Amino acid sequence: MSAADIAPPLPKGRIRPGRILTWTLVFIGGVIMVTPILFMFSTSLKTSGQIYDLRLIPARPTLDNYIKVLADGRFLRWFVNSMIVAVAVTVSSVFFDSLVGYTLAKFRFRGRMFVFLAILSTLMIPTEMLVIPWYLMSANFGWLDSYWGIAFPGMMTAFGTFLMKQFFETVPDDFLEAARIDGLNEFTIWWKVAMPLVTPAISALAIFAFLGNWTAFFWPLIVTTSKELYTLPVGLTSFAVEQSIQWEMIMTGAALATIPTLVVFLALQKFIVRGVMLAGLKG
Amino acid sequence: MTTTADTGAPRLSMRTRRALWVWGFLALPLLFYGVIRFYPTLDAFWLSLTNANPGNLRRGPEFIWFDNYLRLFTSRDFWQVFRNTFAYLILGTPISLVLSFVIAYYLDKLRFGHTFLRALYFLPFLTTASAMGWVWRWFYQPAPTGIINSALGAMGIPGLDFLRSTTWALPSIMVTAIWAGLGFQIIIFMAGLRAIPQSYYEAAHIDGLGAGAILRRITLPLLKPTTVFLVVFSSIGFLRIFDQVYNMTTNDPGGPLGSTKPLVLLIYQTAFQSYQMGYASAMTVVLFTVLLVISLLQLWILRDRG
Repeated sequence: MSAADIAPPLPKGRIRPGRILTWTLVFIGGVIMVTPILFMFSTSLKTSGQIYDLRLIPARPTLDNYIKVLADGRFLRWFVNSMIVAVAVTVSSVFFDSLVGYTLAKFRFRGRMFVFLAILSTLMIPTEMLVIPWYLMSANFGWLDSYWGIAFPGMMTAFGTFLMKQFFETVPDDFLEAARIDGLNEFTIWWKVAMPLVTPAISALAIFAFLGNWTAFFWPLIVTTSKELYTLPVGLTSFAVEQSIQWEMIMTGAALATIPTLVVFLALQKFIVRGVMLAGLKG
Repeated sequence: MTTTADTGAPRLSMRTRRALWVWGFLALPLLFYGVIRFYPTLDAFWLSLTNANPGNLRRGPEFIWFDNYLRLFTSRDFWQVFRNTFAYLILGTPISLVLSFVIAYYLDKLRFGHTFLRALYFLPFLTTASAMGWVWRWFYQPAPTGIINSALGAMGIPGLDFLRSTTWALPSIMVTAIWAGLGFQIIIFMAGLRAIPQSYYEAAHIDGLGAGAILRRITLPLLKPTTVFLVVFSSIGFLRIFDQVYNMTTNDPGGPLGSTKPLVLLIYQTAFQSYQMGYASAMTVVLFTVLLVISLLQLWILRDRG
Protein backbone atom coordinates (compact mmCIF):
# COMPACT_ATOMS: atom_id res chain seq x y z
CA MET A 1 0.00 0.00 0.00
CA SER A 2 1.48 3.31 -1.01
CA ALA A 3 0.44 6.76 0.08
CA ALA A 4 -0.97 7.23 -3.40
CA ASP A 5 -3.96 5.01 -2.86
CA ILE A 6 -5.08 7.12 0.06
CA ALA A 7 -4.37 10.38 -1.74
CA PRO A 8 -7.14 11.78 -3.90
CA PRO A 9 -7.27 11.11 -7.60
CA LEU A 10 -6.74 14.49 -9.20
CA PRO A 11 -6.63 15.60 -12.76
CA LYS A 12 -3.01 16.32 -13.59
CA GLY A 13 -2.70 19.95 -14.42
CA ARG A 14 -0.51 22.95 -14.51
CA ILE A 15 0.60 24.48 -11.26
CA ARG A 16 -1.73 27.38 -10.70
CA PRO A 17 -1.04 30.33 -8.40
CA GLY A 18 -4.24 29.58 -6.49
CA ARG A 19 -2.99 26.14 -5.67
CA ILE A 20 0.31 27.49 -4.39
CA LEU A 21 -1.58 29.88 -2.12
CA THR A 22 -3.80 27.04 -0.86
CA TRP A 23 -0.77 24.87 -0.25
CA THR A 24 0.96 27.63 1.71
CA LEU A 25 -2.10 28.30 3.88
CA VAL A 26 -2.67 24.61 4.59
CA PHE A 27 1.02 24.26 5.41
CA ILE A 28 0.95 27.22 7.82
CA GLY A 29 -2.10 25.72 9.51
CA GLY A 30 -0.27 22.44 9.86
CA VAL A 31 2.74 24.13 11.39
CA ILE A 32 0.46 25.83 13.92
CA MET A 33 -0.99 22.41 14.77
CA VAL A 34 2.40 20.94 15.65
CA THR A 35 3.72 24.07 17.39
CA PRO A 36 2.74 22.89 20.89
CA ILE A 37 4.51 19.59 20.30
CA LEU A 38 7.63 21.30 18.94
CA PHE A 39 7.81 23.73 21.86
CA MET A 40 7.33 20.91 24.32
CA PHE A 41 10.42 19.17 22.94
CA SER A 42 12.32 22.44 22.63
CA THR A 43 11.75 23.41 26.25
CA SER A 44 12.57 19.93 27.47
CA LEU A 45 16.05 20.52 26.05
CA LYS A 46 16.57 23.83 27.85
CA THR A 47 17.92 24.55 31.32
CA SER A 48 15.71 26.36 33.82
CA GLY A 49 17.67 29.54 33.09
CA GLN A 50 16.83 29.36 29.40
CA ILE A 51 13.12 28.80 29.47
CA TYR A 52 12.27 32.48 29.07
CA ASP A 53 14.24 32.41 25.84
CA LEU A 54 11.38 31.43 23.59
CA ARG A 55 13.43 30.46 20.56
CA LEU A 56 12.36 27.14 19.14
CA ILE A 57 15.92 25.84 18.73
CA PRO A 58 17.57 25.96 22.16
CA ALA A 59 20.85 27.91 22.26
CA ARG A 60 22.61 25.08 24.11
CA PRO A 61 20.42 21.97 23.99
CA THR A 62 20.97 19.59 26.89
CA LEU A 63 19.59 16.22 27.91
CA ASP A 64 20.02 17.02 31.62
CA ASN A 65 16.28 17.27 32.22
CA TYR A 66 15.73 13.82 30.79
CA ILE A 67 18.48 12.39 32.97
CA LYS A 68 16.96 14.06 36.04
CA VAL A 69 13.41 12.96 35.25
CA LEU A 70 14.40 9.39 34.45
CA ALA A 71 16.85 9.07 37.34
CA ASP A 72 14.42 7.93 40.03
CA GLY A 73 12.84 5.32 37.76
CA ARG A 74 9.28 6.54 38.26
CA PHE A 75 8.67 7.27 34.60
CA LEU A 76 10.08 3.91 33.63
CA ARG A 77 7.72 2.24 36.06
CA TRP A 78 4.71 4.17 34.72
CA PHE A 79 5.79 3.40 31.18
CA VAL A 80 5.92 -0.31 32.00
CA ASN A 81 2.53 -0.14 33.74
CA SER A 82 0.94 1.56 30.73
CA MET A 83 2.54 -0.94 28.41
CA ILE A 84 1.32 -3.97 30.38
CA VAL A 85 -2.22 -2.66 30.62
CA ALA A 86 -2.46 -1.42 27.03
CA VAL A 87 -1.02 -4.62 25.56
CA ALA A 88 -3.20 -6.89 27.71
CA VAL A 89 -6.36 -4.97 26.90
CA THR A 90 -5.51 -4.81 23.20
CA VAL A 91 -4.86 -8.53 22.93
CA SER A 92 -7.99 -9.38 24.88
CA SER A 93 -10.32 -7.04 22.99
CA VAL A 94 -8.98 -8.03 19.58
CA PHE A 95 -9.44 -11.70 20.47
CA PHE A 96 -12.91 -11.49 21.97
CA ASP A 97 -14.33 -8.75 19.75
CA SER A 98 -13.29 -10.76 16.69
CA LEU A 99 -14.68 -13.98 18.10
CA VAL A 100 -18.02 -12.43 19.00
CA GLY A 101 -18.18 -10.42 15.77
CA TYR A 102 -17.50 -13.60 13.81
CA THR A 103 -20.09 -15.60 15.70
CA LEU A 104 -22.74 -12.94 15.12
CA ALA A 105 -21.85 -12.56 11.45
CA LYS A 106 -21.44 -16.19 10.43
CA PHE A 107 -23.80 -18.31 12.51
CA ARG A 108 -27.58 -18.38 12.44
CA PHE A 109 -28.88 -19.29 15.86
CA ARG A 110 -31.76 -18.52 18.20
CA GLY A 111 -31.10 -15.35 20.14
CA ARG A 112 -28.55 -14.01 17.68
CA MET A 113 -30.34 -10.71 17.17
CA PHE A 114 -30.92 -10.37 20.89
CA VAL A 115 -27.22 -10.87 21.70
CA PHE A 116 -26.23 -8.42 18.97
CA LEU A 117 -28.62 -5.70 20.12
CA ALA A 118 -27.69 -6.24 23.77
CA ILE A 119 -24.00 -5.74 23.01
CA LEU A 120 -24.69 -2.82 20.69
CA SER A 121 -26.86 -1.12 23.30
CA THR A 122 -23.89 -0.87 25.66
CA LEU A 123 -22.44 1.72 23.26
CA MET A 124 -25.07 4.10 24.59
CA ILE A 125 -23.76 3.87 28.14
CA PRO A 126 -21.02 6.38 28.91
CA THR A 127 -18.01 5.20 30.93
CA GLU A 128 -18.73 7.97 33.45
CA MET A 129 -21.93 6.23 34.44
CA LEU A 130 -20.14 2.96 35.07
CA VAL A 131 -17.12 4.15 37.03
CA ILE A 132 -18.89 4.40 40.39
CA PRO A 133 -20.26 0.82 40.23
CA TRP A 134 -16.90 -0.36 38.86
CA TYR A 135 -15.14 1.33 41.74
CA LEU A 136 -17.43 -0.25 44.32
CA MET A 137 -17.07 -3.62 42.61
CA SER A 138 -13.29 -3.25 42.57
CA ALA A 139 -13.26 -2.30 46.24
CA ASN A 140 -15.31 -5.41 47.03
CA PHE A 141 -13.14 -7.81 45.08
CA GLY A 142 -9.82 -6.16 45.96
CA TRP A 143 -9.17 -4.97 42.43
CA LEU A 144 -8.30 -1.42 43.40
CA ASP A 145 -4.70 -0.52 42.74
CA SER A 146 -3.96 -3.50 40.48
CA TYR A 147 -3.30 -4.05 36.80
CA TRP A 148 -6.46 -6.07 36.52
CA GLY A 149 -8.39 -3.19 38.08
CA ILE A 150 -7.12 -0.77 35.46
CA ALA A 151 -7.63 -3.21 32.61
CA PHE A 152 -10.90 -5.04 33.22
CA PRO A 153 -13.38 -2.48 31.82
CA GLY A 154 -11.80 -2.58 28.36
CA MET A 155 -11.26 -6.31 27.94
CA MET A 156 -14.11 -6.46 25.41
CA THR A 157 -15.73 -3.60 23.52
CA ALA A 158 -19.02 -3.21 21.73
CA PHE A 159 -17.37 -0.94 19.18
CA GLY A 160 -14.81 -3.58 18.25
CA THR A 161 -17.44 -6.31 18.10
CA PHE A 162 -19.56 -4.22 15.76
CA LEU A 163 -16.56 -3.35 13.57
CA MET A 164 -15.43 -6.97 13.30
CA LYS A 165 -18.96 -8.20 12.59
CA GLN A 166 -19.16 -5.80 9.65
CA PHE A 167 -15.94 -7.19 8.26
CA PHE A 168 -16.67 -10.85 8.83
CA GLU A 169 -19.90 -10.41 6.90
CA THR A 170 -17.80 -9.81 3.79
CA VAL A 171 -16.05 -13.19 4.17
CA PRO A 172 -17.67 -15.69 1.75
CA ASP A 173 -19.40 -18.63 3.41
CA ASP A 174 -17.88 -21.00 0.83
CA PHE A 175 -14.47 -20.62 2.45
CA LEU A 176 -15.84 -21.67 5.80
CA GLU A 177 -17.87 -24.53 4.32
CA ALA A 178 -14.78 -25.84 2.53
CA ALA A 179 -12.91 -25.83 5.82
CA ARG A 180 -15.79 -27.66 7.50
CA ILE A 181 -15.71 -30.36 4.83
CA ASP A 182 -11.99 -30.68 5.49
CA GLY A 183 -12.95 -31.54 9.04
CA LEU A 184 -11.63 -28.48 10.82
CA ASN A 185 -13.40 -27.58 14.04
CA GLU A 186 -15.22 -24.27 14.37
CA PHE A 187 -12.57 -22.62 16.49
CA THR A 188 -9.84 -23.52 14.00
CA ILE A 189 -11.99 -22.31 11.13
CA TRP A 190 -12.36 -18.93 12.82
CA TRP A 191 -8.74 -18.64 13.85
CA LYS A 192 -7.01 -20.12 10.80
CA VAL A 193 -9.42 -19.39 7.96
CA ALA A 194 -11.57 -16.37 8.78
CA MET A 195 -9.15 -14.23 10.82
CA PRO A 196 -6.44 -13.99 8.13
CA LEU A 197 -9.07 -12.63 5.73
CA VAL A 198 -9.80 -9.57 7.86
CA THR A 199 -6.31 -8.46 8.86
CA PRO A 200 -6.89 -4.78 7.92
CA ALA A 201 -9.79 -4.65 10.35
CA ILE A 202 -7.76 -6.43 13.02
CA SER A 203 -4.90 -3.99 12.70
CA ALA A 204 -7.30 -1.03 12.83
CA LEU A 205 -8.95 -2.40 15.94
CA ALA A 206 -5.61 -3.19 17.57
CA ILE A 207 -4.27 0.31 16.93
CA PHE A 208 -7.43 1.88 18.34
CA ALA A 209 -7.48 -0.29 21.40
CA PHE A 210 -3.82 0.35 22.09
CA LEU A 211 -3.91 4.12 21.63
CA GLY A 212 -7.17 4.43 23.53
CA ASN A 213 -5.77 2.58 26.51
CA TRP A 214 -2.35 4.15 26.32
CA THR A 215 -3.82 7.63 26.64
CA ALA A 216 -6.67 6.68 29.01
CA PHE A 217 -6.87 8.96 32.00
CA PHE A 218 -10.22 8.98 33.80
CA TRP A 219 -10.55 5.39 35.00
CA PRO A 220 -6.83 4.84 35.79
CA LEU A 221 -6.97 8.06 37.84
CA ILE A 222 -9.86 6.65 39.85
CA VAL A 223 -8.74 3.07 40.32
CA THR A 224 -5.08 3.64 41.20
CA THR A 225 -4.01 5.22 44.46
CA SER A 226 -0.39 4.20 44.88
CA LYS A 227 2.19 5.86 42.66
CA GLU A 228 3.74 2.50 41.75
CA LEU A 229 0.57 1.53 39.92
CA TYR A 230 -0.03 4.77 38.01
CA THR A 231 -0.18 4.63 34.25
CA LEU A 232 1.92 7.11 32.32
CA PRO A 233 -0.79 9.81 31.88
CA VAL A 234 -1.79 9.69 35.55
CA GLY A 235 1.83 9.55 36.65
CA LEU A 236 2.63 12.54 34.50
CA THR A 237 -0.13 14.57 36.14
CA SER A 238 1.14 13.78 39.62
CA PHE A 239 4.69 14.57 38.51
CA ALA A 240 3.67 17.89 36.95
CA VAL A 241 1.70 18.94 40.04
CA GLU A 242 4.74 18.19 42.18
CA GLN A 243 7.06 20.21 39.89
CA SER A 244 4.82 23.28 40.26
CA ILE A 245 6.36 25.92 38.01
CA GLN A 246 9.46 24.11 36.80
CA TRP A 247 8.19 24.12 33.28
CA GLU A 248 11.28 22.58 31.69
CA MET A 249 10.83 19.54 33.91
CA ILE A 250 7.11 19.35 33.19
CA MET A 251 7.78 19.59 29.45
CA THR A 252 10.32 16.80 29.76
CA GLY A 253 7.75 14.61 31.48
CA ALA A 254 5.15 15.51 28.86
CA ALA A 255 7.66 14.70 26.10
CA LEU A 256 8.39 11.32 27.66
CA ALA A 257 4.67 10.57 27.74
CA THR A 258 4.29 11.64 24.12
CA ILE A 259 7.33 9.98 22.51
CA PRO A 260 5.93 6.42 22.47
CA THR A 261 2.77 7.38 20.57
CA LEU A 262 4.76 9.53 18.17
CA VAL A 263 7.05 6.60 17.41
CA VAL A 264 4.06 4.35 16.85
CA PHE A 265 2.53 6.99 14.60
CA LEU A 266 5.61 7.54 12.47
CA ALA A 267 5.95 3.80 12.01
CA LEU A 268 2.30 3.11 11.27
CA GLN A 269 0.90 6.33 9.86
CA LYS A 270 -0.72 4.70 6.84
CA PHE A 271 -2.40 2.03 8.93
CA ILE A 272 -3.61 4.48 11.52
CA VAL A 273 -5.11 6.88 9.01
CA ARG A 274 -6.70 4.03 7.10
CA GLY A 275 -7.96 2.55 10.35
CA VAL A 276 -9.55 5.84 11.40
CA MET A 277 -11.21 6.18 8.00
CA LEU A 278 -12.39 2.58 8.07
CA ALA A 279 -13.81 2.80 11.55
CA GLY A 280 -15.32 6.22 10.92
CA LEU A 281 -17.16 5.04 7.85
CA LYS A 282 -18.33 1.75 9.26
CA GLY A 283 -19.04 2.94 12.76
CA MET B 1 -9.93 -25.96 22.44
CA THR B 2 -10.63 -29.39 20.96
CA THR B 3 -13.79 -31.18 20.00
CA THR B 4 -14.57 -33.96 22.40
CA ALA B 5 -18.20 -34.15 21.39
CA ASP B 6 -17.73 -36.25 18.27
CA THR B 7 -15.79 -39.05 19.90
CA GLY B 8 -18.60 -39.89 22.31
CA ALA B 9 -21.00 -42.73 21.59
CA PRO B 10 -24.22 -40.83 20.81
CA ARG B 11 -23.20 -38.60 17.92
CA LEU B 12 -24.64 -35.13 18.25
CA SER B 13 -26.44 -33.73 15.29
CA MET B 14 -24.73 -31.09 13.18
CA ARG B 15 -27.17 -28.48 14.47
CA THR B 16 -26.57 -29.24 18.11
CA ARG B 17 -22.84 -29.27 17.65
CA ARG B 18 -22.93 -25.92 15.89
CA ALA B 19 -25.09 -24.49 18.71
CA LEU B 20 -22.61 -25.78 21.29
CA TRP B 21 -19.82 -23.96 19.50
CA VAL B 22 -21.82 -20.75 19.26
CA TRP B 23 -22.66 -20.63 22.93
CA GLY B 24 -19.17 -21.76 23.79
CA PHE B 25 -17.81 -18.77 21.90
CA LEU B 26 -20.31 -16.44 23.51
CA ALA B 27 -20.18 -17.72 27.08
CA LEU B 28 -17.33 -15.61 28.39
CA PRO B 29 -18.35 -12.47 26.46
CA LEU B 30 -21.93 -12.72 27.72
CA LEU B 31 -20.64 -13.05 31.26
CA PHE B 32 -18.45 -10.02 30.69
CA TYR B 33 -21.21 -7.85 29.26
CA GLY B 34 -23.52 -8.91 32.04
CA VAL B 35 -21.14 -8.26 34.90
CA ILE B 36 -19.07 -5.34 33.56
CA ARG B 37 -21.68 -3.47 31.52
CA PHE B 38 -25.31 -4.31 32.36
CA TYR B 39 -25.07 -4.87 36.08
CA PRO B 40 -23.12 -1.59 36.63
CA THR B 41 -25.64 0.30 34.50
CA LEU B 42 -28.53 -0.89 36.63
CA ASP B 43 -26.44 -0.32 39.72
CA ALA B 44 -25.84 3.31 38.69
CA PHE B 45 -29.60 3.88 38.37
CA TRP B 46 -30.19 2.25 41.73
CA LEU B 47 -27.36 4.11 43.48
CA SER B 48 -28.79 7.39 42.19
CA LEU B 49 -31.85 6.72 44.36
CA THR B 50 -29.81 6.09 47.52
CA ASN B 51 -27.51 7.96 49.85
CA ALA B 52 -24.64 5.56 49.06
CA ASN B 53 -21.20 6.40 50.42
CA PRO B 54 -18.26 4.15 51.31
CA GLY B 55 -19.35 4.20 54.98
CA ASN B 56 -22.83 2.77 54.51
CA LEU B 57 -22.17 0.32 51.68
CA ARG B 58 -21.65 -2.71 53.92
CA ARG B 59 -24.95 -2.20 55.75
CA GLY B 60 -26.63 -1.16 52.53
CA PRO B 61 -27.38 2.45 51.73
CA GLU B 62 -30.76 4.00 52.40
CA PHE B 63 -33.29 4.32 49.61
CA ILE B 64 -34.18 8.00 49.40
CA TRP B 65 -36.38 8.15 46.30
CA PHE B 66 -35.61 11.16 44.16
CA ASP B 67 -33.89 13.27 46.80
CA ASN B 68 -30.60 13.26 44.90
CA TYR B 69 -32.30 14.55 41.78
CA LEU B 70 -34.19 17.21 43.74
CA ARG B 71 -30.98 18.29 45.37
CA LEU B 72 -29.25 18.31 42.00
CA PHE B 73 -31.83 20.40 40.22
CA THR B 74 -31.92 22.95 43.01
CA SER B 75 -28.13 23.14 43.32
CA ARG B 76 -26.45 26.23 41.95
CA ASP B 77 -23.18 24.33 41.50
CA PHE B 78 -24.91 21.81 39.30
CA TRP B 79 -26.48 24.43 37.05
CA GLN B 80 -23.20 26.28 36.73
CA VAL B 81 -21.52 23.03 35.70
CA PHE B 82 -24.36 22.25 33.34
CA ARG B 83 -23.97 25.68 31.70
CA ASN B 84 -20.20 25.21 31.45
CA THR B 85 -20.60 21.79 29.85
CA PHE B 86 -22.96 23.18 27.23
CA ALA B 87 -20.66 26.15 26.67
CA TYR B 88 -17.91 23.69 25.70
CA LEU B 89 -20.36 21.94 23.41
CA ILE B 90 -22.02 24.95 21.82
CA LEU B 91 -18.77 26.77 21.11
CA GLY B 92 -16.55 23.79 20.53
CA THR B 93 -18.60 21.67 18.15
CA PRO B 94 -19.33 24.32 15.46
CA ILE B 95 -15.84 25.80 15.59
CA SER B 96 -14.10 22.45 15.34
CA LEU B 97 -16.42 21.24 12.58
CA VAL B 98 -16.06 24.32 10.41
CA LEU B 99 -12.29 24.32 10.87
CA SER B 100 -11.90 20.65 10.13
CA PHE B 101 -14.16 20.80 7.10
CA VAL B 102 -12.32 23.76 5.57
CA ILE B 103 -8.96 22.10 6.17
CA ALA B 104 -10.14 18.72 4.86
CA TYR B 105 -11.69 20.35 1.80
CA TYR B 106 -8.46 22.07 0.79
CA LEU B 107 -6.07 19.39 2.01
CA ASP B 108 -7.96 16.87 -0.10
CA LYS B 109 -7.16 18.84 -3.24
CA LEU B 110 -3.44 19.02 -2.57
CA ARG B 111 -1.25 16.34 -4.03
CA PHE B 112 2.20 17.70 -3.31
CA GLY B 113 3.36 16.63 0.13
CA HIS B 114 -0.12 15.35 0.94
CA THR B 115 0.98 12.68 3.43
CA PHE B 116 3.28 15.14 5.17
CA LEU B 117 0.61 17.85 5.49
CA ARG B 118 -1.91 15.34 6.72
CA ALA B 119 0.57 14.10 9.30
CA LEU B 120 0.98 17.64 10.66
CA TYR B 121 -2.76 17.91 11.30
CA PHE B 122 -3.17 14.38 12.56
CA LEU B 123 -0.25 14.34 15.00
CA PRO B 124 -2.01 16.12 17.90
CA PHE B 125 -4.76 13.48 17.87
CA LEU B 126 -2.22 10.90 19.01
CA THR B 127 -0.88 12.85 21.95
CA THR B 128 -1.89 12.21 25.52
CA ALA B 129 -4.43 14.74 26.77
CA SER B 130 -2.78 15.00 30.18
CA ALA B 131 0.62 15.80 28.62
CA MET B 132 -0.77 18.33 26.18
CA GLY B 133 -2.94 19.92 28.83
CA TRP B 134 0.27 20.91 30.59
CA VAL B 135 1.89 22.18 27.41
CA TRP B 136 -1.07 24.45 26.70
CA ARG B 137 -1.20 25.50 30.30
CA TRP B 138 2.37 26.64 29.94
CA PHE B 139 1.50 28.48 26.69
CA TYR B 140 -1.24 30.38 28.52
CA GLN B 141 0.96 31.58 31.41
CA PRO B 142 1.53 35.33 31.85
CA ALA B 143 4.66 36.81 30.25
CA PRO B 144 7.55 36.10 30.32
CA THR B 145 6.75 32.39 30.85
CA GLY B 146 3.88 31.90 28.45
CA ILE B 147 4.47 32.03 24.73
CA ILE B 148 1.14 33.55 23.79
CA ASN B 149 1.42 36.43 26.23
CA SER B 150 5.06 37.00 25.29
CA ALA B 151 4.09 37.18 21.63
CA LEU B 152 1.23 39.57 22.41
CA GLY B 153 3.59 41.68 24.49
CA ALA B 154 6.12 41.85 21.67
CA MET B 155 3.38 43.21 19.42
CA GLY B 156 2.43 45.78 22.05
CA ILE B 157 -0.89 44.13 22.89
CA PRO B 158 -1.65 43.85 26.61
CA GLY B 159 -1.58 40.22 27.74
CA LEU B 160 -4.26 38.16 29.41
CA ASP B 161 -3.99 35.78 32.33
CA PHE B 162 -5.99 33.26 30.34
CA LEU B 163 -6.42 30.51 32.90
CA ARG B 164 -7.11 32.83 35.85
CA SER B 165 -9.86 34.76 34.14
CA THR B 166 -13.41 33.54 34.72
CA THR B 167 -14.27 34.74 31.22
CA TRP B 168 -11.33 33.38 29.28
CA ALA B 169 -10.38 30.20 31.09
CA LEU B 170 -13.17 28.11 29.56
CA PRO B 171 -12.53 29.18 25.94
CA SER B 172 -8.80 28.68 26.50
CA ILE B 173 -9.31 25.10 27.65
CA MET B 174 -11.77 24.56 24.83
CA VAL B 175 -9.11 25.58 22.30
CA THR B 176 -6.89 22.82 23.68
CA ALA B 177 -9.68 20.29 23.29
CA ILE B 178 -10.47 21.44 19.74
CA TRP B 179 -6.78 21.23 18.87
CA ALA B 180 -6.57 17.68 20.18
CA GLY B 181 -9.60 16.44 18.25
CA LEU B 182 -9.17 18.32 14.97
CA GLY B 183 -6.95 15.75 13.24
CA PHE B 184 -9.50 12.99 13.72
CA GLN B 185 -12.31 15.11 12.28
CA ILE B 186 -10.19 16.12 9.29
CA ILE B 187 -9.43 12.49 8.48
CA ILE B 188 -13.09 11.52 8.73
CA PHE B 189 -14.14 14.45 6.54
CA MET B 190 -11.52 13.45 3.96
CA ALA B 191 -12.81 9.88 4.00
CA GLY B 192 -16.30 11.28 3.42
CA LEU B 193 -15.07 13.46 0.56
CA ARG B 194 -13.35 10.47 -1.07
CA ALA B 195 -16.55 8.45 -0.89
CA ILE B 196 -18.34 10.88 -3.21
CA PRO B 197 -18.17 9.35 -6.71
CA GLN B 198 -15.93 11.29 -9.06
CA SER B 199 -18.58 11.04 -11.80
CA TYR B 200 -20.80 13.52 -9.91
CA TYR B 201 -18.07 16.14 -10.14
CA GLU B 202 -17.45 15.39 -13.81
CA ALA B 203 -21.14 15.78 -14.56
CA ALA B 204 -21.20 19.07 -12.68
CA HIS B 205 -18.20 20.28 -14.67
CA ILE B 206 -19.93 19.42 -17.90
CA ASP B 207 -22.99 21.34 -16.71
CA GLY B 208 -20.67 24.27 -16.11
CA LEU B 209 -21.17 24.59 -12.36
CA GLY B 210 -18.61 26.71 -10.52
CA ALA B 211 -16.63 25.58 -7.48
CA GLY B 212 -19.07 27.27 -5.09
CA ALA B 213 -22.10 25.67 -6.67
CA ILE B 214 -20.45 22.25 -6.67
CA LEU B 215 -19.69 22.64 -2.98
CA ARG B 216 -23.26 23.68 -2.15
CA ARG B 217 -25.17 21.30 -4.40
CA ILE B 218 -22.98 18.20 -4.45
CA THR B 219 -20.30 18.06 -1.79
CA LEU B 220 -22.22 19.30 1.24
CA PRO B 221 -25.47 17.34 0.66
CA LEU B 222 -23.60 14.11 -0.05
CA LEU B 223 -21.44 14.67 2.98
CA LYS B 224 -24.42 14.86 5.31
CA PRO B 225 -23.99 11.43 6.96
CA THR B 226 -20.33 12.22 7.70
CA THR B 227 -21.22 15.63 9.06
CA VAL B 228 -23.97 14.29 11.28
CA PHE B 229 -21.66 11.57 12.59
CA LEU B 230 -19.01 14.17 13.43
CA VAL B 231 -21.50 16.56 15.03
CA VAL B 232 -22.64 13.78 17.32
CA PHE B 233 -19.14 12.45 17.95
CA SER B 234 -17.80 15.90 18.72
CA SER B 235 -20.79 16.85 20.90
CA ILE B 236 -20.40 13.69 22.94
CA GLY B 237 -16.69 14.45 23.29
CA PHE B 238 -17.35 17.94 24.61
CA LEU B 239 -20.11 16.77 26.95
CA ARG B 240 -17.60 14.32 28.44
CA ILE B 241 -14.65 16.70 28.57
CA PHE B 242 -12.45 16.01 31.58
CA ASP B 243 -8.75 15.31 30.91
CA GLN B 244 -7.87 18.77 29.62
CA VAL B 245 -9.81 20.64 32.30
CA TYR B 246 -8.41 18.51 35.10
CA ASN B 247 -4.81 18.94 33.96
CA MET B 248 -5.03 22.63 33.14
CA THR B 249 -6.56 23.58 36.50
CA THR B 250 -5.00 21.16 39.00
CA ASN B 251 -4.42 23.90 41.60
CA ASP B 252 -8.19 24.51 41.73
CA PRO B 253 -9.87 21.85 39.57
CA GLY B 254 -12.55 23.42 37.44
CA GLY B 255 -11.60 26.90 38.58
CA PRO B 256 -11.30 29.83 38.73
CA LEU B 257 -14.55 29.94 40.74
CA GLY B 258 -15.85 26.83 39.01
CA SER B 259 -15.97 28.70 35.70
CA THR B 260 -14.38 25.86 33.71
CA LYS B 261 -15.83 22.91 35.59
CA PRO B 262 -17.62 20.40 33.35
CA LEU B 263 -20.13 17.81 34.54
CA VAL B 264 -17.64 14.93 34.52
CA LEU B 265 -15.27 16.80 36.80
CA LEU B 266 -18.10 17.50 39.24
CA ILE B 267 -19.00 13.79 39.09
CA TYR B 268 -15.38 12.88 39.82
CA GLN B 269 -15.14 15.25 42.78
CA THR B 270 -18.52 14.28 44.21
CA ALA B 271 -17.91 10.55 43.91
CA PHE B 272 -14.21 10.21 44.65
CA GLN B 273 -13.30 13.23 46.74
CA SER B 274 -16.40 13.87 48.85
CA TYR B 275 -17.53 10.22 48.43
CA GLN B 276 -21.20 11.04 47.89
CA MET B 277 -21.66 8.20 45.50
CA GLY B 278 -25.44 8.23 45.39
CA TYR B 279 -25.54 11.91 44.58
CA ALA B 280 -22.79 11.53 41.96
CA SER B 281 -24.69 8.61 40.40
CA ALA B 282 -27.68 10.87 39.90
CA MET B 283 -25.38 13.20 37.96
CA THR B 284 -24.18 10.34 35.79
CA VAL B 285 -27.79 9.46 35.03
CA VAL B 286 -28.33 13.05 33.86
CA LEU B 287 -25.23 12.79 31.66
CA PHE B 288 -26.48 9.48 30.27
CA THR B 289 -29.86 11.03 29.45
CA VAL B 290 -28.32 13.97 27.62
CA LEU B 291 -26.03 11.67 25.59
CA LEU B 292 -28.95 9.37 24.79
CA VAL B 293 -31.04 12.26 23.49
CA ILE B 294 -28.18 13.37 21.24
CA SER B 295 -27.68 9.85 19.85
CA LEU B 296 -31.40 9.49 19.19
CA LEU B 297 -31.40 12.85 17.42
CA GLN B 298 -28.68 11.50 15.14
CA LEU B 299 -30.77 8.45 14.29
CA TRP B 300 -33.78 10.68 13.66
CA ILE B 301 -31.87 13.05 11.38
CA LEU B 302 -30.45 10.15 9.38
CA ARG B 303 -33.72 8.16 9.30
CA ASP B 304 -34.41 8.84 5.60
CA ARG B 305 -31.15 7.16 4.64
CA GLY B 306 -32.91 3.81 4.97
